[in-house]
Amino acid sequence: MSQSKVVSPIPGVFYRKPSPEEDVYVNEGDTVSAGQVIGLVEVMKSYFEIKAEDDGVIESFAIEHEDSIDAGQEIAIINAK
Amino acid sequence: MGYFNKILIANRGEIARRIIRTCNRLGIQTVAVYSDADKDAPYVKEATESVNIGENQAKKSYLNIDKIIAAAKETNAEAIHPGYGFLSENPALVERCETENIVFIGPTAEVMKLMSSKLESRIQMSEAGIPVVPGSEKRLESVEQALTVADSLGFPLMLKASAGGGGIGMKLIQTEEELTKNFSSVKQQSQQFFGDDAVFLEKWISNPRHIEVQVAGDTHGNMVHLYERECSVQRRHQKVIEESPSPFLSEKQRGELVNAALTGAKHLGYTNVGTMEFIFDGEANFYFLEMNTRLQVEHPVTEEITGVDLVEWQLRIAANERLPLRQEEITKQGHAIECRVYAEDPVTYFPSPGTIETLKLVEDGARFEFGVVERTVVSPFYDPMIGKVIVHSEDRKTAIHKMKEVLAQMEISGIKTNISLLENIMSQKPFELGDYTTNFLQELADTIQIK
Repeated sequence: MSQSKVVSPIPGVFYRKPSPEEDVYVNEGDTVSAGQVIGLVEVMKSYFEIKAEDDGVIESFAIEHEDSIDAGQEIAIINAK
Repeated sequence: MGYFNKILIANRGEIARRIIRTCNRLGIQTVAVYSDADKDAPYVKEATESVNIGENQAKKSYLNIDKIIAAAKETNAEAIHPGYGFLSENPALVERCETENIVFIGPTAEVMKLMSSKLESRIQMSEAGIPVVPGSEKRLESVEQALTVADSLGFPLMLKASAGGGGIGMKLIQTEEELTKNFSSVKQQSQQFFGDDAVFLEKWISNPRHIEVQVAGDTHGNMVHLYERECSVQRRHQKVIEESPSPFLSEKQRGELVNAALTGAKHLGYTNVGTMEFIFDGEANFYFLEMNTRLQVEHPVTEEITGVDLVEWQLRIAANERLPLRQEEITKQGHAIECRVYAEDPVTYFPSPGTIETLKLVEDGARFEFGVVERTVVSPFYDPMIGKVIVHSEDRKTAIHKMKEVLAQMEISGIKTNISLLENIMSQKPFELGDYTTNFLQELADTIQIK
């Protein structure tokens, strides 16, 4: 089993939920498929979807909801199938 | 002679610098507020004093009313200028200012509340006898109700969030199926972004022009207009270029438009500078769209053709002074164009934060309103607009020529900017002829590869 890291291509603010009232896109331990949205980065009032690159299970998130993020910073680790 | 001794500016970037400039001229001291990300920004150094109001994210700093009020109290500022964006159209700040005995440089909370609701402002303007886009008069509670209204209006329609803005909470609807499909999502999005799920339907106007009128009213019942601004060059419902006067209007149409704007503003008893936005259809019929109860990004084109300092007027009005000019004393001269410089890719519009390495702005008679200097970090936390270029000439043709020259001499490196797009627009035949609608940039993107 290999691990893959999801990194942010852009700096901004990271969100795990699509909106304040809604649930998080995915929880740790959830199975995701390649292309599935796992978070959002807000940059200059635009929203950029962060997607899983592989099928697998979310091992952990490296950043909290609403924290600032830099380009290249790790968002999550996926245990690829 | 100042109208206040000291005011706080609840904003950042170019508009904070712009307000400071007028205050300096009038001998008014200024307080800048800044987030951690803006600690080295030019406006912070240019203000008389400055207060750190917290973390980078706007809701933890520039949108935090408690922190703004605390900064005003701590520095003994008598008044708060909100600029545009952030808290500028938030009635909660106005109400808070009232309780704290601080003057808010803007309209009353009551008028602001009415105009921040697209539905309510439609009702108010209809009452005043101004044409509004045909549409539903009440918020739509259910899909069934929406379908009935759609039936009476006919397709295509725009489904809109009453509290929406900046292009968010709007959906073009062509069929009954699309209405059924999108009704709850637009409602939901409105709740998400604006905390209010009221939606309504409006007739869709194809190939529209967006023309707005600058108005100003004082607390003594005087109301004037300062002519119009043509703002049809837009990307994703965000303005890119504005000019005054509009190349589209005849003197007769101009007269009808400014009269409608004055009638609307008088109906409200509006006190501050403000903007009545209108949409024009292909047959030159115009309809009221919304009112902005603040200073606008594009205010310099009005200042250039009228010679009026709109920030000074805001200060005077807030200090209960009378408007300095009567309607017949406000004349327009020549033609002004403003280009907004965004930190973004000129083709994809994707934001480009980073550090500005070079910033060469050759004066040459142009007016530059920039929030940044060399070495300023353009942070990812706020709007991508880093500045504006404004030119003023005796006529439109000369103004376009001058803008081309100024843009060609501008040099910004370290981040991507839309300067090449602005240059491209200035060279387009439809722009040169003044023959463009809000679809202009989309059409340009479809037909031309930008260098």
